[in-house]
Amino acid sequence: MGRYVIRRLLQMIPVFFGATLLIFLMVHVMGDPVAGLCGDRRCDPATATRLKQEFGLDKPVGQQYLTYMGNVFVGDFGTAFNGQKVTELMAAAFPVTIRLTLVAVVFEIVIGISLGVLTGLRRGRPIDTGVLLLTLVVISVPTFVTGLVLQLLLGVRWGVIRPSVSAEAPLDELLIPGLVLASVSLAYVTRLTRTSIAENRRADYVRTAVAKGLPRRRVITRHLLRNSLIPVVTFIGTDVGALMGGAIVTERIFNIHGVGFQLYQGILRQSTQTVVGFVTVLVLVFLLANLIVDLLYAVLDPRIRYA
Amino acid sequence: MPEPHQPERAIAATGAGGAMDLAASEATSLERTPTGPDGTGPARSLWSDAWRDLRRNPVFIVSGLIIVFLVVISLWPSLIATGNPLDCDLARAQKGSAPGHPFGFNEQGCDVYTRVVYGTRVSVTVGVCATLGVALLGSVLGGLAGFFGGAGDAILSRITDVFFAIPVVLGGLVLLSVVTSSTVWPVVGFMVLLGWPQISRIARGSVITAKQNDYVQAARALGASHSRLLLRHIAPNAVAPVIVVATIALGTFIALEATLSYLGVGLKPPTVSWGIDISAASLYIRNAPHMLLWPAGALAVTVLAFIMLGDAVRDALDPKLR
Repeated sequence: MGRYVIRRLLQMIPVFFGATLLIFLMVHVMGDPVAGLCGDRRCDPATATRLKQEFGLDKPVGQQYLTYMGNVFVGDFGTAFNGQKVTELMAAAFPVTIRLTLVAVVFEIVIGISLGVLTGLRRGRPIDTGVLLLTLVVISVPTFVTGLVLQLLLGVRWGVIRPSVSAEAPLDELLIPGLVLASVSLAYVTRLTRTSIAENRRADYVRTAVAKGLPRRRVITRHLLRNSLIPVVTFIGTDVGALMGGAIVTERIFNIHGVGFQLYQGILRQSTQTVVGFVTVLVLVFLLANLIVDLLYAVLDPRIRYA
Repeated sequence: MPEPHQPERAIAATGAGGAMDLAASEATSLERTPTGPDGTGPARSLWSDAWRDLRRNPVFIVSGLIIVFLVVISLWPSLIATGNPLDCDLARAQKGSAPGHPFGFNEQGCDVYTRVVYGTRVSVTVGVCATLGVALLGSVLGGLAGFFGGAGDAILSRITDVFFAIPVVLGGLVLLSVVTSSTVWPVVGFMVLLGWPQISRIARGSVITAKQNDYVQAARALGASHSRLLLRHIAPNAVAPVIVVATIALGTFIALEATLSYLGVGLKPPTVSWGIDISAASLYIRNAPHMLLWPAGALAVTVLAFIMLGDAVRDALDPKLR
């Protein structure tokens, strides 16, 4: 187990550097990094040159990347366009997005897996067909349309929720945004669970469990579900990173000041430090989530052993 | 065949190329009567078998018809819309439906129906071009890596890992925020750049499964060259999962274009596109929701059609479900 974790951590290193270098290059292409520092006016050339020297932007990209990464490892993510430390922005934004993501993941697990089990056990019945059609519709309507329509109906027309989330973003205001964020993945989780359950339902171990007289409930939860959840856990695990990055759209609709909001602002104002810093953390989250998923396999399926 | 069309197996189908082919060829040799649909004789391939299934599948027929319709009106939008999408009159701004203008008018006073019809072209172009690009680049890189293995394969696998770690919408925001061109090509280019690893991973797995088959070993023993092995023996038997994933990806690319346009970095006016119209209408959603709902509905139907088509094709190509 220990050796496996170490090997996986080592494998993460090139991916981490590759992904951050890629985003660094992309941001570098994005445009003049000092343009955002002079407000809406164009910087005069002398100031621009001085600023570039001050931030080391006259050096080659490779060297800039190494300097940046060196700073990151001592906890210095640089400063945003308004002079705030990027780490301060992170401290304000990440708790909000983490809460939003948690709400989304809980929706995926509770609704997605329940619907999947329900339909997987009743394959071909009307409820199965109905839920399947519903998942297809949810998958094909883009998140921003779902979000805008729900905001209009629940927030404006019926007044069930606040149309935009307040600055503290308490958990109850994040319920509907979380559902919107989760919607597409929720549909995938349902379909994945359904297939997996339907496939395993005819497995020998299920027949054995039924034959030895176990109650139906125990067969489903202890035998069938546990064996069917492996692909679902993989999906949800890899989705955590995608949800946090994909929250840009949801956070924009509901005016949530989380990671997506900061990133959007950073890109609009060409604040390279903000963008690269946030993406670096997102990449780390993605990689760690994948590692945790792999370790969870062993919990779900004792046949999987990590030497 | 108890359940002929279960739109399912999102992940399972991706790596099952070889097993799929084997099962299909067994099925052909064991139970089929020697009448091919096109009169070519007893050996019915995976493809003609799949086609026979598809023709009977209502999901395939419905989604196929929708897609044919979309392609036709994206080529000749004037067939069903006589107006000009850029013919706007501010006096009619945000008005509801009127005679001759069933969907009403948008915030500029343009006819929403005409704009929805003309918007089809951009969405279909982006979806088709991005999918072709992704499928070509991904299957060539992934296929070669899977076939030759070794250091190149290891490097390519790490590169795909890197791309998977970057959220797509975020990459789009960063890369496309500097683009000023109002054509579709920057958006297509971005989708190809960030989309190929997905196909590449599937193509690689599928080629690795296919190359272990006995007929490939036999051809190799007979002295077939690498290119002959790849093109004549491996590719036809490894391409099915790529086609399935590419069809579904086509729908998601169309949705992604609209999302990027909503965020303000995708296509730009005067291009007529659903994404741009939805984005513009989202500001007025409280007063005039029809301006948003019609293009959004068109978008949803289009994406749904491609996803259903992909599902139907997967079911037809995956005999394990029968």
